Amino acid sequence: MEIPYAVKPRPDTGLYNSKIGIWLFLASEVMLFGALFSSYILLRVNAEPGTWPHHLLNVPLGATNTIVLILSSVTVVFSWAALKMNQFHLYKIFQGITLLCALTFLGIKSFEYRDKFNHFEIQLKNGKVADGHINRAKTTQDLFVFEAAREVASHADLMEPPAAGVRLEELSIPMTDIKDRADGKGKEIENYGPWHSSYLAIYFVLTGLHALHVVGGAIVIFVIWGPLAKVWKQDPERYVNRVEVSGLFWHFVDLVWIFLFPVLYLL
Amino acid sequence: MREHSNPHAAADAGHAVAEAKRHMVTYAIIGVALMIGTAMTVWASYADFGSRKINIVVALAIATTKGSLVAGFFMHLISEKKMIYSIMACTVFFFAALMFLTLWSMHAPNIVHTPH
Repeated sequence: MEIPYAVKPRPDTGLYNSKIGIWLFLASEVMLFGALFSSYILLRVNAEPGTWPHHLLNVPLGATNTIVLILSSVTVVFSWAALKMNQFHLYKIFQGITLLCALTFLGIKSFEYRDKFNHFEIQLKNGKVADGHINRAKTTQDLFVFEAAREVASHADLMEPPAAGVRLEELSIPMTDIKDRADGKGKEIENYGPWHSSYLAIYFVLTGLHALHVVGGAIVIFVIWGPLAKVWKQDPERYVNRVEVSGLFWHFVDLVWIFLFPVLYLL
Repeated sequence: MREHSNPHAAADAGHAVAEAKRHMVTYAIIGVALMIGTAMTVWASYADFGSRKINIVVALAIATTKGSLVAGFFMHLISEKKMIYSIMACTVFFFAALMFLTLWSMHAPNIVHTPH
């Protein structure tokens, strides 16, 4: 059965149905991310003083990912324009770059996640706090070794990045110097996973959901670009519409990141 | 390239190509503007405006401008059909309501939640 108005616009709306469909879907997506942004605002405003970190994440990596997504948005609209010009080979090149950008974005994001899972905060018996990246090769049951770490007087001192010029060095801490947990289940050693703080919980939820959107968008773009490329010869108008609809989703993903970057990395 | 036996069709195709080329120039300019905006966002987060609240307002203002460029030009919202504008108007209304409720709840203790 032929789906009506999948190619030609409906006379009453002036739009083909898939375009209305994607905009309705994007409207629901705005509310999904809106609810999470709302949660972010409430968590941040109600955070106890000295519990919300500033510049905890790697800003150059976040900025690079922003540039990568902007570049991918440009190549998506270029690829659509290339099809409008009947330049299928140009479309293939531009959309190929889009897919490379998507992979680059996900690669950088994975690196950042790994970095946070290797980042530990340790409460010491002398009341101080040690913070840095674990050296797994040197860490044993008796000794916790940081690749590069700093020791501060309290947890609140970790909310600001180390002062300029401060060099972080390798630090070894005997397990006997680490405070025991109140529940008696091991030591006060915790990495920067989503369980570490409200900030990291909302960071992982927002960026994780966004990364899933990047994966979803990249899969759709790839399927249209590769396996479904034959549709261009059979029904070019339908093919252009598919590229436009997938592009609208991709731009939305870019748009969400434009807000996530300053909110999570910079403020 | 597809061939056009009809001269009107050929003229239409030529017009479409010229339009697409014009669009590509616009997209490139918007792309550069977005990258400059990203650099400005990073700069604004380190700049000392005297209060962190101003940093937040400046960063969000830049992000909103960048978002408007993406929605307006890449998503073609500056020249869309009425139906799309209707969908967007509903979205903006409900999103604004959500943000209003969020901000209102912070000033209305014991109604929605109790701030610390």
